[in-house]
This record gives sequence, structure tokens and C-alpha cells, in this order.
Amino acid sequence: MNDLLLNLILTLDASFRVCTPLIFASMAGLFAERSGVVDIGLEGKLLMSAFIAASAASVFGSPWLGLMFAIFASCILAMIHGIASITFKGNQIVTGVAINILASGLTMILTLAWFKSGGVTPSLKPDERFLSITLPGVDIIDHIPILGVIYRELISGHNILVYLAFATVPLVWWIVFRTRFGLQLRAVGENPKAVDTAGLSVEGLRYKALLIGGILCGIGGAYIATAHNAQFTKEMTAGQGFIALAALIFGKWHPYRVLAACFLFGFLDALAVRLQGVVIPGIGEIPVQLIEVTPYLLTVILLAGFIGRAVPPKASAQPYIKEL
Amino acid sequence: MTRDNRLAWINGLLLPLFNVLTAFMVTAVVFILIDVDPIVATKILIYGALGYEEGIGYTLYYATNFIFTGLAVAVAFHAGLFNIGGEGQAYVGGLGTALVALYINPAISAWLVIPLGILGGLTFGALWAIIPGYLQAYRGSHIVITTIMFNFLASALMVYLLVHVLREVGQMSPQSKDFPDAAWIPFVHDIFASMGYKIADSPLNLSILIALIFSVLVWFFLWHTRWGFAIRATGKSPDAAIYSGINPKMIIIVTMCISGALAGLVGINELMGVQHRLLLDFNYGYGFGGIAVALMGRNHPVGIIIAALLFGILYQGGMDLAFEMQNVSRHIVVVMQGFVILFCGGLEYLYKPLLTRFLAPIEASE
Repeated sequence: MNDLLLNLILTLDASFRVCTPLIFASMAGLFAERSGVVDIGLEGKLLMSAFIAASAASVFGSPWLGLMFAIFASCILAMIHGIASITFKGNQIVTGVAINILASGLTMILTLAWFKSGGVTPSLKPDERFLSITLPGVDIIDHIPILGVIYRELISGHNILVYLAFATVPLVWWIVFRTRFGLQLRAVGENPKAVDTAGLSVEGLRYKALLIGGILCGIGGAYIATAHNAQFTKEMTAGQGFIALAALIFGKWHPYRVLAACFLFGFLDALAVRLQGVVIPGIGEIPVQLIEVTPYLLTVILLAGFIGRAVPPKASAQPYIKEL
Repeated sequence: MTRDNRLAWINGLLLPLFNVLTAFMVTAVVFILIDVDPIVATKILIYGALGYEEGIGYTLYYATNFIFTGLAVAVAFHAGLFNIGGEGQAYVGGLGTALVALYINPAISAWLVIPLGILGGLTFGALWAIIPGYLQAYRGSHIVITTIMFNFLASALMVYLLVHVLREVGQMSPQSKDFPDAAWIPFVHDIFASMGYKIADSPLNLSILIALIFSVLVWFFLWHTRWGFAIRATGKSPDAAIYSGINPKMIIIVTMCISGALAGLVGINELMGVQHRLLLDFNYGYGFGGIAVALMGRNHPVGIIIAALLFGILYQGGMDLAFEMQNVSRHIVVVMQGFVILFCGGLEYLYKPLLTRFLAPIEASE
């Protein structure tokens, strides 16, 4: 077994874990933006639900209850976004910023009020978290060279939410491109007036999209605090909501491409951890910061149209005002 | 009172006032939820911010940063641009200021070093904002997304530079060596002392005058120059602006340049004024705070100064509050910022239907 392959497999394995919240958040963003609502608040929803998940899991002793509460909290934020930007026609981006700042402040205030600590929740015991699952057949396949390692390290041994994330993507694709609701969703993001003329509710569709986004962000946040880590810590989402937004643009608002972008960004993140302090012959030490910012750099370059073109849904960022 | 006058009065004063009050009331509800008496908390907060000399000094020192970033966000708003990148522009602007302070001949007079430091902050802040501006104007990328990305790029760049390039030799923590004396902007308490008055030490320094000067300049620029008119016209109606011969691409770039330059001045107050060296995260939270300040101040320099003062009071009072009451941390200010942005920004039309309905009978009776 050569070292390079094992290293690669371990890095890929870490990529799966890192990209899971990105997948949930970017799929949430996909629904919102396909319906014509720009969702800057992904970060805030992730952070809030990470905190609520860790708190509820710790208090009630169950990660599933944590997950439920996280989804609930995230949906409340999504509805605030909806009330301001859909019902009251406020600026979607300003509201998103407000949600991020509120989440940042409230999580700090509430850790102090509920747990008497500055920005952390109690560490979760193993039965209060989502733990790794060993898939059936690992023992049998393990004897096969290479394939055995890949199955054991890469495919088996993740927690349920990782598998859920990867299962969500085809589901999202099916909803967006193969159902009546998906057609309406895409239409409302491109031409809300036509949807309105057809007798459908623009506001209703946008609220539904935000609500689905709230649920997905809730799962993503719960994953960060109760599966990937074992407690909530201050600002623990650390910009993952924005990376998800970048992945959404990089994947041009298409579920499978967005998944690929999430995985690429997750891989870069895992690579940055592995390359810390490693000297590469002929190149020298690669600054970790450079790898860390690659998702942002790639997104800026893509948006500028230097590699392909990213065109958002036509009606995104515009509140719909009905003509009377 | 004519109808237009009354509408202006409602939109310009009454609605914003209602919105701010709502933000405060919702924050009060949060206080009650975490078992803190909001009235007692308000008293402690106001005393902490305004009750004694040192507190007032801190309040004005925080307000200085908010004036810079508030002006930055406001100038962009006038052109219809949302500059979320104040955080990054303040960071990189601070780099410009620090480079001047660190590499200039220390024998040169402060009368030259400080203006050059200001110029460094303006230039670097502007450069960091011009790139997103250019990309929006000529390549069609959305300014909000690009400026967010640039915040992260700025943060990574500064960490890299402070760890690998600018870190003082033999120093463990990532910070530069001290600036020479000529690059120190005088503290207000030192100036008072030299005139024979003794006031309490605080980080308040003459940067606050620079902030006020720039407020006047921004006011003059926006309302009394051709460029200012072009910017406001573009923000109000981009199509009409194009028909009147204004080049919207140029407007985007000029506006972002000015906006970034203003945000870049945070480093003047923080680095030349107080820390006297370059360090990590000196900009933390002021870029986003500027959004709340601009929204609350209705994008007008006078409003911004008032809103910046209020946020200065909240920042400083919040520190004291956290010290006095164990159930509250200074992050309550962040929560309040969030509510101000929500109610003055996202929900700015919340009360419009209500007020319109309330005033309709009066109008009908005329």
C-alpha cells in the first residue's frame, strides 16, 4: 500500500466531512435564489442552528431533538427574511446581513444566559451526537486490495447526515427539474410576472423556497455542531455559509454542478489542513492562506466571466410588486 | 403644510424614528428573555458610556470608526451600490497606513508622516474597493458577492503578511514592530494636559477631527459637486442618468473608490491613533457596523454622525454592562446592530401602510 494513495484517500475522506454543511447550505441557497431571493443569510442560519442543535442535544440528550430544534430555529430566521423581503418588499441583501449579525450576537448572548459560558455549549457525550456508521460488508471487502481501503475509509464510516447530504442533491435536482413545484419555482425566479399572470402566488412560492432553505440550513448547522464537532463554539461556522454561496455561483445554480463545487471547496479545505507546514520539492511551502482563499478567488474569477459565465436567475434580488 | 412636505416629513423622520424605536424595543424583549431588567441595563449602559470622562473618551473613540465606515457605506448607497466590503477595505486600508508608518524615515516630522499615513489608508482602501467596482462595471459581477469574497481575501492576505512578512523579529504573536513616534496621532488627553487641563486617559485621539472633516467633505461632495450629483442621480434612476449623459460604469468605479477610501481610514484611528502597530483584526466588526450606521443615519453625514455616536455609546456602555451584569456580554450590542439593520433596512417600509392609513383622513379633510 503506498503512502500517497492512503494520503489521498484520507484527504478525500476529510473532504466528504467538510463539504457536507456546504452541500446543505448551498442547496438551501439554490431554492432561495431559483425563486428570486438572494440569500446572504445562509451563514447566520447555519450558525444559529449549530448553536440550537448543540444546546438542545445537550439539554435533552438526543441529537435528533437537537436536529428538530435546529431546523425550527433556522426556519424562523428564514421567515424573518421572508417577511422583510417578500411581504414588506425590503432589500433582500440588507435583510440577509441583518440575519447574519443577529445570529452572531444572539448565539453569544444565549450561551451566556443558558450555559453561563462565553460562546460555547457543554461538550456532547457520544450518545448526544451523530456518530459514524460502519456500512455492512466492510469486513468482506476489506480483503480486496485498494478497493477495500476505499470502501472502509472513504465510503463507510461517516455519520448519517453525510449520507443524507449526498442523497439530498439528486432529490433537489428531481424537485427543481422534474416536478410542477420546481417548474413554478424556476419560473418565479426568472419571470415572476408571468407566474402571477398564470394565477399562482409569487409570494407563496418564494416563502416555500425560503422554508425549504431553512430546513436544509438547519440540518447543515446541526451537522456542524453535533456531528462534525461535539459542541457549539463561538463563530464556529467561520464563513461556510459564504463558501456555500460561492459554490452555488460556481455551480451555476444547478444541483449537480453545485455539488461538484462543494466537493472541490471541501477538498481544498481538507488539503489546506494536510499541507500545513509541508514543503513541496521545487515549490517550497505553500501558504495555507492561499489554499484557504482559493474558493473565494475562483468565485471572483468565475463571476468576472474569465472562466465561463455565471448568470443568476433573472429576477433575483428584486422584490415582486404586483401591478394593480 | 403641502402634501409633498408632509410625505417628506413622514419618510425622512417619522418612519426612521419608528424603525429605530422598534429595534430598541425588540432588544429590550431580548433583555427580558435573558432575565435582565432592560431599564436597569439602559441606566448602566448610559452611565458607562457618558457618565464619566474615561467612558466618554471611549465612546467618542468607537464613534470615530463608525463615522468612517458609515460614510463609506452611505456613499455607495447613494449610487445604488451595496458595499458589504467595508470590513476588508478597512483592513487593507490599515495596511496602507501601517506601511507608511513602518517604512518612512522616522526623522521626518509628524506633520508630514500623519498626512502620508492618511493617504496610505485612503489609497489602499480605495484599491481594495476598485477591483469589485471594476468587476461590477465592466464584467457584470455582482458587487455584493464580490465584496464579500474580498473580505475573506483581505483577511487571508493580512494573516499571511503579519505572520510571514511584517511580524516583528522575535515576536511570537503576529504583529508588526511599533510605529515611530512621528506616526502617532496625539491623544486628546495629552493635548488637554499640554494646555494645563487634566482629563482621564482614554484612546480618544485627534482622528475624531479627521472623521468630522471627512463628514463635511462627503456632504459637500455629494450635494455640491457635479460628481456627487451624478452619483445621486445614478442611484435614484440609472436610466435617467444615462440619458442625461452620465457614464454609469464610471460612476460605479468612482463611487467604490471613494467608499473604499473612507473605510480605509479606520486604520488611522485604530493604528496611528491607538495601537501604534499593525495587528490582526483591528477592523473587526466596524465594516458591518457601518451598514447599521448608514441605514440608521439615512445616508446623510449628519445622521451618520448621530448614529455613530449612538453606536459608540452602545459599544462602550455595552462593555460596562457586561462588566456589571453577569448575564449580559458586550455582544448585546451586536444583537442591537442586527435589529437596527433589520428594522431600518430590511423592514424600512414596515409602518408605511399604517402611517399612510392614519394620515389619510387628515388629507381628505383638506
